[in-house]
Amino acid sequence: MGESANSLSVSPFLPLFRSFNYMTQPTLKNLFWHRFKKNRLAVIGGIIVFGLFAVSIFAPFIAPHNPDAINVKHVLESPSFSHLFGTDDLGRDILSRVIYGSRISLSVGFVAVGIATVIGIIFGALSGYYGGWFDTVIMRFVDIMLSIPTFFLILAVIAMLEPGIWNIMIVIGITSWMGVARLVRAEFLSLKEREFVLAARALGASDLRIIFRHILPNAMSPVLVSAVLGIAGAVLVESALSFLGIGVQPPTASWGNILTIGKDNIEIAWWISVFPGLAIFVTVLAYNLLGEGIRDSIDPRLKI
Amino acid sequence: MFTYLLKRLIEMIPTLIGITLISFFIIQLAPGKPTDVLADLNPKMTPEARERLEKYYNLDKPTHVQYWMWLKRVVKLDFGDSFSTDRRPVWTKIKERLSITILINSLALLLIFIIAIPIGVSSAVRPYSVYDKITTIIVFIGFAIPTFWFALLLMILFGVNLHWLPISGLKSMGYEGFSAFGKIWDKVNHLILPVTLEAFGGLAGLSRYMRSNMLEVIRQDYIMTARAKGLPETKVIYKHALRNALLPVITILGLSIPGLIGGSVIFENIFGIPGMGQLFYQAVMMRDYPVIMGVLTIGAILTLVGNLLADIGYALADPRIRAR
Repeated sequence: MGESANSLSVSPFLPLFRSFNYMTQPTLKNLFWHRFKKNRLAVIGGIIVFGLFAVSIFAPFIAPHNPDAINVKHVLESPSFSHLFGTDDLGRDILSRVIYGSRISLSVGFVAVGIATVIGIIFGALSGYYGGWFDTVIMRFVDIMLSIPTFFLILAVIAMLEPGIWNIMIVIGITSWMGVARLVRAEFLSLKEREFVLAARALGASDLRIIFRHILPNAMSPVLVSAVLGIAGAVLVESALSFLGIGVQPPTASWGNILTIGKDNIEIAWWISVFPGLAIFVTVLAYNLLGEGIRDSIDPRLKI
Repeated sequence: MFTYLLKRLIEMIPTLIGITLISFFIIQLAPGKPTDVLADLNPKMTPEARERLEKYYNLDKPTHVQYWMWLKRVVKLDFGDSFSTDRRPVWTKIKERLSITILINSLALLLIFIIAIPIGVSSAVRPYSVYDKITTIIVFIGFAIPTFWFALLLMILFGVNLHWLPISGLKSMGYEGFSAFGKIWDKVNHLILPVTLEAFGGLAGLSRYMRSNMLEVIRQDYIMTARAKGLPETKVIYKHALRNALLPVITILGLSIPGLIGGSVIFENIFGIPGMGQLFYQAVMMRDYPVIMGVLTIGAILTLVGNLLADIGYALADPRIRAR
């Protein structure tokens, strides 16, 4: 901000510059990219997220070993050149398992947050648009959901279902939509009073059309930010569930269930505990940086 | 003040009923019956025996009838008997384990309060300084570290490599033979890691929140007035600004309780602490419905009581609310 103002004032072409600027007024999109590129941490976060996607898509080409290959001759080996992250209690290569584990984390993060976002948007939009008793009931419901220790509820439901990746996605999704609902409701409360809504109504648009075609697109930026931050949360919950043995089941590799083996062998094999946790840490950090970066670039005043 | 508290107390009842209703129906919605596990354990169980068992636990009735019967008993603190082999009353089982979970969570909450607030205040006083940037980075790291992994790392460092702290349970071997002081010291040693880690999870969020509150307050007119009349800066910050910035934090502390209680499942599992989280984990693995519902209800009550305490704290700190 300060820099660009400075360079403008020293420019001998200031008048020219101004008119030029006026002619091609920066679009919101350009402004967003301009701010985002200046935020170094956010760019780093974005690059890491991109890299994680590449790793999970190309896992078979990157992984040095078969992640499920049991090798009794190389049990609990410390890191070496042939096994950079060491091996586990069945002689499986930890690096390969961590690489394949990224697939689980990314897909759970995306699908769970997708479910939560859709539920949150529907409840929040209807609640904010219609108000009245419907709003009271939904917001009361949100308050109640927020005072249940969510992790307990997730555990209980998962244990009743068969533990598996799809059930985890669904359960994390239906227990984490409350924040989105509140955000969307707050946006709707202010947006529904604006002129463009009145105009749409005067043209005879139906309620549903006003909600989803006119108001919702204007309320999407905070939702986008909370979704990116939500992925980080979902990755953490999934790894905790798998760590407790009720998430993704072995032999399928997930970062959480590699850590379970790490805990069982904690006195003799530190490497099993260190590397998968590092992967979770980097992933969550990257999504957080990216989310905060997007928020600051959309609107620096936005508070989520 | 009194009517305010009474109102808050009465408001808690429908919330509590709502929580149990949601929990009850979500658990019932899931496919599979609790008798499945019993039948798996005992292959000799005939379909008739199974039916008898279901009748005994009222599992053959429709869900809303089951809920009503459950609710009528719960009012008298009777959560029924556990499905596990010991068949003990759920309330007895929870009572044995409640105190250690509450102890660890309260200590963690206290620790969060003691550490997060000075960090938040000191970085708000010098915004965008090197110190502020360093704490911001630490906060980001704190947000992203999976606490159960951090627990494993600390166990490796302090337990396995340095042998400073025990990594499992609440008592050392030969605990009974220790002196009174030795017993306390032993317990403290066992609690250091779990409490620190439990607190660590909440630290990042609260210090961040404290910082933004403080920044907001410092911009207010009355702070300028305080400075203008020549008060020393420490007095302006710690007396005038801090008090007002602290108010919303009290509410946030109340809101962080569900997360803390939820986290105790993981920590009690890692450190082998016989608390409510461990009980819940075992119950979930055995599909022990009465225990699951019991712990969920008690967890919700703890949350609501925590929120109520936060509200009382808020009212005590803020005369505007007290007057209502």
